[in-house]
Amino acid sequence: MKTVSTFLSLEAPGPRVRVWLDGAPLHLPRGANLAAALLGAGVNTFRGTACSGAPRAPYCMMGACFDCMIEVEGETRQACLLEVAEGMRLTRPGAPGDA
Amino acid sequence: MHETDLAVIGSGPAGMAAAAEAAGLGLRVALFDDQPRPGGQAYRDVDRVGPMRGAVLGPDFVEGRRLTAALDDPRISHLGGAGVWAIEPGFTICYSQAGEARLLRARRVLLATGALERPMPVPGWTLPGVMTAGAGQILLKQAGLVPRRSVLVGTGPLLYLFAVQMVRAGINPAALIETQTRGDLARALRHMGGLFGGWGYMTEGWRLLRVLQRAGVPRIVGAHEIAIEGEDRAEAVRFRRGGAQHRLPCDTVFLHHGVVPNPQAARSLGLDHRWEPRQQCFVPVCDAWGEAASAEGGVEGVFVAGDGAGIGGARAAELQGRLAALRIAEGLDRIGNEECDGRAKPLRRQLRRELAVRPFLDAAYPPFAEALRPDDTTMVCRCEEVTAGEIRRAAAQGCPGPNRLKGFLRAGMGPCQGRVCGLAVTQILAEATGQSPDETGYFHIRPPIKPLTLGALAALAETGEAAGTDKTAPGQGDAA
Amino acid sequence: MDSEYAIIGGGVVGLSVAWGLLLRGRRVTVIDGGDAALSASRGNFGLIWVQGKGLTEPRYARWTQRSAAAWGGFAADLALAAGRSVWVEQKGGYDIQFTEAGLETTAARYETLRAALGGDYPFEILDTAALRREEPAIGPRVAGAILHRQDGHADPLGLLAALSEAVRRAGGRVLTGRQVTGVTRNGAFRLTCADGTVLEAGKVVLAAGLGAARLGPAFGFRAPVRPQRGQVLITEKLPRLLNRPSVFARQVPEGGIQIGATNEEVGFDDGVTRSGLARLAADAVAAFPPLARVQLLRSWGALRVMSPDGLPIYQESAAMPGAYLVTCHSGITLAAAHARFLPDWLEGTDAAPNLEVFREDRFNLPVA
Repeated sequence: MKTVSTFLSLEAPGPRVRVWLDGAPLHLPRGANLAAALLGAGVNTFRGTACSGAPRAPYCMMGACFDCMIEVEGETRQACLLEVAEGMRLTRPGAPGDA
Repeated sequence: MHETDLAVIGSGPAGMAAAAEAAGLGLRVALFDDQPRPGGQAYRDVDRVGPMRGAVLGPDFVEGRRLTAALDDPRISHLGGAGVWAIEPGFTICYSQAGEARLLRARRVLLATGALERPMPVPGWTLPGVMTAGAGQILLKQAGLVPRRSVLVGTGPLLYLFAVQMVRAGINPAALIETQTRGDLARALRHMGGLFGGWGYMTEGWRLLRVLQRAGVPRIVGAHEIAIEGEDRAEAVRFRRGGAQHRLPCDTVFLHHGVVPNPQAARSLGLDHRWEPRQQCFVPVCDAWGEAASAEGGVEGVFVAGDGAGIGGARAAELQGRLAALRIAEGLDRIGNEECDGRAKPLRRQLRRELAVRPFLDAAYPPFAEALRPDDTTMVCRCEEVTAGEIRRAAAQGCPGPNRLKGFLRAGMGPCQGRVCGLAVTQILAEATGQSPDETGYFHIRPPIKPLTLGALAALAETGEAAGTDKTAPGQGDAA
Repeated sequence: MDSEYAIIGGGVVGLSVAWGLLLRGRRVTVIDGGDAALSASRGNFGLIWVQGKGLTEPRYARWTQRSAAAWGGFAADLALAAGRSVWVEQKGGYDIQFTEAGLETTAARYETLRAALGGDYPFEILDTAALRREEPAIGPRVAGAILHRQDGHADPLGLLAALSEAVRRAGGRVLTGRQVTGVTRNGAFRLTCADGTVLEAGKVVLAAGLGAARLGPAFGFRAPVRPQRGQVLITEKLPRLLNRPSVFARQVPEGGIQIGATNEEVGFDDGVTRSGLARLAADAVAAFPPLARVQLLRSWGALRVMSPDGLPIYQESAAMPGAYLVTCHSGITLAAAHARFLPDWLEGTDAAPNLEVFREDRFNLPVA
């Protein structure tokens, strides 16, 4: 999955590891904040809401808004509270098929 | 069950300083945070920031390392990645960590859960690409990410600081769209008398504005009718200034019009709150040490420090954390009354200085009026997708407060449990019913204040860890 | 006089009665509490439940069945009247059992009741395999379930909102934030509220849930109701996982799984406890193992309104004729009966249901 991120990285990131997003491989900096790493990789939509399916992405980055919820190994988690680990399997609940 | 003397919830400046102070006085401390590493939002991930990012973020940020370094004390256990989901009177801290529900008994509890961004419901604020300014700073602090094409919208010194950090990083924001007016500034100048102590903050503020001016970052002051446009993500900010309408294309919009105490833990304990008109938010009722007033049927021995007790900023939070730790140590007979007062004296003097600038800031950068009274079509509860108009209609139909509103609209019942919309819901209802915010009240908050899996909770029943407790949370009158 | 009827209590019970009376052209005022008032309606588990009710009193089983049978039509009319949908699903519900013995004992009791009801009690026993065909998420520790075809569930908050809107649209007055503190009768009833509001009405229906215990004596009722706490959990929203509701768990229309409920005698404490929440979670996970990985979102405690024998109380005051006590712990199940049949009883028409068995003097308590 290659998309231009709306963010630039200030520093050369450290070693990357492979994770899986909706079944496709993605290489993210190991140990980085998961929500930030996904944004940095050009993942602009994290999920569609359960009510209307409207697209959402991280809003507060501090564990309050729950808009960065994503499925990690089949459990709904707040991406902004997790660190990237090798082999993570991520699924975007109800998300449209964009990157 | 493990036991400790003091459980500190939140490892930002207040929590870290309190933990270090308490440990220094001989107390065993458990320091909880849902982030993996200490620092809070002010000093997010400060220990992992390299020199280049440090230079961008500035000395005030890197200063946080003093606090994280002080946690290196055998009496402090830092519990990172730990979501505290219930605080039981007495006290038992229930938290989930590594997918497990765990328990810790503590003799005292200090809530250092900090601030949340004040809800800023403007049209389009739920679109991907719209974030809080705090979120933007966290991306910069924790991941070294800078937005390519961004606009900062709202009011307050944090916007200036964040914009300057972007300038230092070499990517200017497209503009600052500010909602305060020159009239606000004029009114704020009446508070100049209190500015002796706050002078450092004032000169710092001017310095930031000079940097922005030199960098050529446009500032639009007195903007209104602000809306974010876009189909599946933010594409532009539309606003009016004077008579003219403007539209600024961008990828990322950062919203900010102040921060307010994070109420979840304090509310879940049933602590008394009162409306603070100057800061336009609820604050828990505490004494000068941060000890929460014990309401009828409420819980005793809870302390609150830092922005969670009322907004004062990172340096004030640190001082409040230390003050609370002193009082807690005194209560647990680690220090005498005189020593406690003696040590507190210089802290209080510094705290007064730190807080001196607040009346000026609150008057100069008031919350954006349109976001306090959103259009009928603007979404307020992001989780359950409830609009301001629906809330007003419920009020017209006799809905007296936020807890009844859940019955009408499900507002506040989604995953965030009202963290984002709670204050906005109270203010919209208060205006619609003609009641004060105190009369209107706030969502009842119950455990779990952080989600946990049913499997983790169920495991407590299997191990018998759950037996014999009858006090996870006090009753709050309704159920929804 | 302000109203022909004053209804004290704006929960599902009071509003159902109020709406029923309004449809018959009566002038009605509902007096309700404030934002923090205790409210069983807002903590409700939402079942429309027939099985297990009236095991020792078949007339209660019948009253419940009559309401359950009327629920679909009641919901459709209410939706039309309120201009908003009223969600209900009545395709049966389970009593899930973890042991063969439990399954057999329950089935035997249901057989007895079925005989007493002349055969109108449509339940069947599902063994594990049969249950798994209906509910693929069921776990290996479950021995089976009783499927009762007359059971179902509703959305209690949606029902409450629809009732309050329908009452308003039908011309009913709803006064919120009021607490009735006194009553006098001189021809009409004269109710005074804590905030100074005074209301006159020809008849009064006391449908104040647990508040009836406090107010009842002023009307000549003993109103022997006590709180019984039920703790309830609800999870994040999920794709369809459960087909039918059970007393353990049901999937609400928005997708969350609601898990309940404890039965605790703890007075007016409507808090939640770790032991209660953990026990509920453990039972739910045992019944439906996929729930183990699901996030718990909210929990709450609510207070059931219980009479000594668990049955409703419908009683006209002997001391103050024209005052009626209406209370039950199954306000959702009985909502249809309260809207459609109870007004006949209040109005004394020929169609009035026989509610003798629900008189409060069955408790042989001295009337104050």
